[in-house]
Formats: sequence, C-alpha cells, structure tokens
Amino acid sequence: MHDTALYTLFMAPFADFAFLRRALAGTLALSVGAAPIGVLLLLRRMSLMGDAMSHAILPGAALGYLAFGLSLWAMTLGGLVAGLAVVFAAGWVSRSSALKEEASLATFYLVSLAAGVMIVSLKGGQLDLLHVLFGSVLALDDASLYLMAGVSTLSLLGLAMLIRPLVMDCFEPAFLRHRSRWSGLAHYGFLLLVVFNLVAAFHALGTLMAVGLMILPAASARLWTQRLTPLLALSIGLAFLSSLGGLLTSFHTDAPAGPAIVLCGGLVYLVSLLGAPHGLIRPRWPARRHLAS
Amino acid sequence: MHAFYFFQCGILRHRGAAVFARALGVGALLFFTALGVQAKPLEVVASFSLLADLVKQVGGERVLVSALAGPDTDAHHFQARPSDARRLGQADIIVMNGLGFDDWMSRLARSSGFSGVLLTVSDGLPYRLKDESGHAHGHSQGHRHAHGSAGQGYDPHAWQDVANVRVYVQAIAQALSTRDPEGRAAYEARARFFLAELDRLDTDIRTALNQLPEERRTVLIQHNAFAYFGQAYGLRILAITGTANHAEASASHLARLVRLIQKEGVAALFLENVRDDRLIQSLQRETGVRIGGRLYSDALSAPQGPAPTYVCLMRHNLSVFVRALAPAEDAPVKAQTPC
Repeated sequence: MHDTALYTLFMAPFADFAFLRRALAGTLALSVGAAPIGVLLLLRRMSLMGDAMSHAILPGAALGYLAFGLSLWAMTLGGLVAGLAVVFAAGWVSRSSALKEEASLATFYLVSLAAGVMIVSLKGGQLDLLHVLFGSVLALDDASLYLMAGVSTLSLLGLAMLIRPLVMDCFEPAFLRHRSRWSGLAHYGFLLLVVFNLVAAFHALGTLMAVGLMILPAASARLWTQRLTPLLALSIGLAFLSSLGGLLTSFHTDAPAGPAIVLCGGLVYLVSLLGAPHGLIRPRWPARRHLAS
Repeated sequence: MHAFYFFQCGILRHRGAAVFARALGVGALLFFTALGVQAKPLEVVASFSLLADLVKQVGGERVLVSALAGPDTDAHHFQARPSDARRLGQADIIVMNGLGFDDWMSRLARSSGFSGVLLTVSDGLPYRLKDESGHAHGHSQGHRHAHGSAGQGYDPHAWQDVANVRVYVQAIAQALSTRDPEGRAAYEARARFFLAELDRLDTDIRTALNQLPEERRTVLIQHNAFAYFGQAYGLRILAITGTANHAEASASHLARLVRLIQKEGVAALFLENVRDDRLIQSLQRETGVRIGGRLYSDALSAPQGPAPTYVCLMRHNLSVFVRALAPAEDAPVKAQTPC
C-alpha cells in the first residue's frame, strides 16, 4: 500500500514530515474559522473590506515587531489593536462625514499599510518585511498552532451566537434595527471576528494572503449552492481542499507554500466558475427538453 | 610740530602694528594649517560593519570611519536612506566588499556625487568560491530582491577565511596610504600589528577545529555564509537558503533538508544574527538535532554584544562551533579567549 502512486502523491509527504503535518493542522484550523466568516463577508457585500482589513493590521503587527521582535503575542496583540482601531475609526468617519464606510475604510487601510511598511523598515532590512508580508506556514511552532486553534474555536462560537442577526442584517437591515438591539452588536462582533481571524492567519500566510482562505473558498462555495448551511459547510471544505492542494503542490513542485495555497484556492474558484450550477456556464447551457414538453 | 611727531609715531605705530599683525597672521596660518593637516581625519564610509572595523584597525585615529549597514543589519538587502547618500557624497574613501554582496554601494556612490576613491576589497583575492546555491532553491526562485548582479555567481562571504582578510587589510592600508601619504608609516605599522593578530587568530581556529572528530564536522546554517570558513578550516557547511536569497521556503526544499540532515549526520544546527530563527527551529523539531547557538555571519554585533569587532566575531563563532561540536565526553576543548 505504501508503494502506490496515490500514497506517494497524497499521503507520504504528511506521513514523513512533521512540519507538513503542522502546516496542515494550522491551515485546517484557519479554514474552519475563516471560511464561514468569509461567507458572511460575501453575503454582506463586504469582501473587499476583508482585504482592506488584512492590510490595516500591518502597522500594529509592525509595532509589536519593533518592540519585541518576531514575537507571536506582541505581533498578534498589535495587529488586533490596529485592526480594531481602523474598523472603529472607519465606522466613525463614515457616520460623521460625507464619506461612506467603504471609502473611509479604503483611506484608513492605505495609510495603515504605508505606515506598517515604514515601521518595519525602520528596524531591519527587507527580510523581515517579507516575512511579515508572506508569513511562514512551514515553520509554525506550538504557540502559533494554539493561537490558530483558539481563534477558530472562538469564531465558531461567535458565529453560532451571531448568525441569525447577521443573516437577517444581510437581507432586512431596517427590520433588524427596528426590532432588536442586536444589530449594532452583531455588526461589531462580526468585525471583531474578522480581525481575529486575519491576525491568526497572518502568521501562517502573511498579511498579503491572510484573506485568501477567507474569500476564495466562500466565493467558490457560493457558486455551488444558495442555501446557508450547505454554503457554510462547503466553504470550510473548499478552504481545506485549497490548503491541502497548496501544501502538496509546494512539496512536489518546489513552489513556495503560502502563495501555492492561495493559488490553489484560485484554481478551485476557476473550476467552480466553469462547472458549478451558478457559475458562468451551467446557467447558460441550454436546458434539456423534458419529454413531456 | 607735535602733530607731525604724532603723525610719524602714528605711521611708525601703524607700520609696526602692520608688521606685527602680518607676522601674527602668517604664524597663525602656519599653525592652523599644520593643525589642520594633522587633525582632519580621512572620512571613510564602509558598506557594512565588518569592513568598517577593518578600516578602523588599520587607520586608527587618522580615519573617521562609519558603516552604512550597521551591527546586526542585513547588508544583502540594505535600504539606503537620504542621510546615507549624503554621507557618501562627503566621504574621501568608500570601502565595499564586492562579489555581489553590496552592489547597491557602487550605485549609491554614483548617485550621491561621490568623487573619491572606491575600494573593492575583494578584487585582490587569490581565490573565490562559486555560489553553491545551485541545488538550493535560492537562485532558482529568481532575483526578487535587489541584491545586485550577484557578482557573476560568486559567494561573497570571503571574510570568513582569515587569509582573505589579510588581503583585505593590505588593500585597505594601500588605499589609505595613497590618499593620505603622510600617514603611510602609521598605516603600515598598524596593518602589520593587526596582521600579526590575524595570524594568531588563524592558528587558534585551526588548532581548535582540528581536534574535532570527522563525524562531528557537518553543520547546517540558515544561509550559505560560511562556505569559505568551511573550506579553509575543515567543516562541512549545509545551508537552508543560498548565499543571498531567503524568500519563501518551499515544502520540498525543507523536506530535502530534513532527509539530508538525517542522512548526512549533521551534528548541529545554527542560528544567525541577521536571520529569522523559525525555519531552523522547525528543522530542530523535525529532526531532533540540537541547535548549537547563534553565529555572527554578515554583521558585527552591537558594541556590548559578543562580536563587536572582526576578531571578536571570529572568536565568538569559533567558540560556538567548538561548544556545539565537541564530543560530549571531552572536557571543554579550549578556554575562551576574551576579546
């Protein structure tokens, strides 16, 4: 059994190398936490906001790095504070000025990204900047794994509590605001979960690609089904599939691991676009004539 | 009558005063010129901290040397600031390593309007090692970073062999003497003194490493900075990344390294002062091979650290190697030489 091509291709890398098993465990934890969040971002039309926020956490992580070096807790805490600050600042600006939320968020995230790059350049050379931008999924230590597992547990619990107000907010925001005080709480609670997931993901995949495991699987899943529960489950499955595929690709073709995972997610998306029921082709395919008609 | 007398006295006084003033002026001019010739040091800017230390050893008080890439800074990917360009423009001599390590230096010198002497210390080396990162994923990843033209594929870390640093020192002494002929005697004397110290260092390294048994001579380091050291003093150096590249690792490369570590009997893994520790720690978890310590590869340490000068850096690295590689049953191989 150990000699079959299938085993060598799919199982052997993980059986032989602990660092690949850790990478798989970390990305599985990320998938479970981030993909459902991505679905909700998609449904609430906030997908680009997820991307913006992944850059907004950079100056906080950079400050943590400046003060404590490549310390997990310092960078996580810094990233969290920066992400939340940008979220609240953008929300406040959008309510107090002529700019809508997406515009104010765009301004804040651009400023934060530049500030983050500048802060990192202050301390060291380009190497450190690259590690912050790209993460290091093949070098996850125990602390990082615990962080990712903890965040994904937190996400699941948070989503379980907030799913109903959030979904209702997607479709009938006025109704929800009218009927319950949960609307504001749900919105900010959700944003908090987004920031947590991004901060956890950025250690593995870096700020540039942390949002990759959030949006791509969600978008792909959306092309397959319209119902919420299958949507959530399928997004987790596709995220995990992308991670697995990315790690195996990195192993067999010597490609860097982080980008391989996100590109795999892109491949899944492409396949979904072409082959899924709600993608590009199937809705336009001429329907088979039913015998009766 | 009195007026004329006074007038004559006045002229006399003026003339005397004029002569006196002129004498004073000439004397002051000579004095300050002499002072200036002695007191104004040569301004030398080196590309990185190690070269700056070598220049300081040779030049002493006659030079004012600074480095662009300071202690604990990665010079492969140095980002220059406007103040650096300004410093270069005012320098008398620029010292760089060459071989692709610091090509940004020559570009920066050109753009800063530098008009002095640009010394590339590796020009006179008797031998160069080829960049051995063919098998590593370093160069196959492409040159994403501006580490220059890669010096025709040579490994630039020549300073890890003390014999090469002798060549560096002689080149530096020559350049300083050419630019400042009055100081030639001083430079040559200091260079002779420092070369003697380098000879002692070389002997000590050979003595210490010759005592290691054959099976304890393979090590793994973060980036391929010790090839010259390995070749000169008899260690087998493996590296995670090539001589300059350290972009994203791929899973297959790490897997190859794990197998290599297990097959080749690597005795210890080593961290570096200018590199990220996580990949080495990942390999340590995977293979169980211990981490022997932190080496100083491409930069000196801060003044209060263990490697503030070149000689200290080499002695510190030597003691890290010896402590990690000496067989457990031996008594400590040599006392640490304070530096």
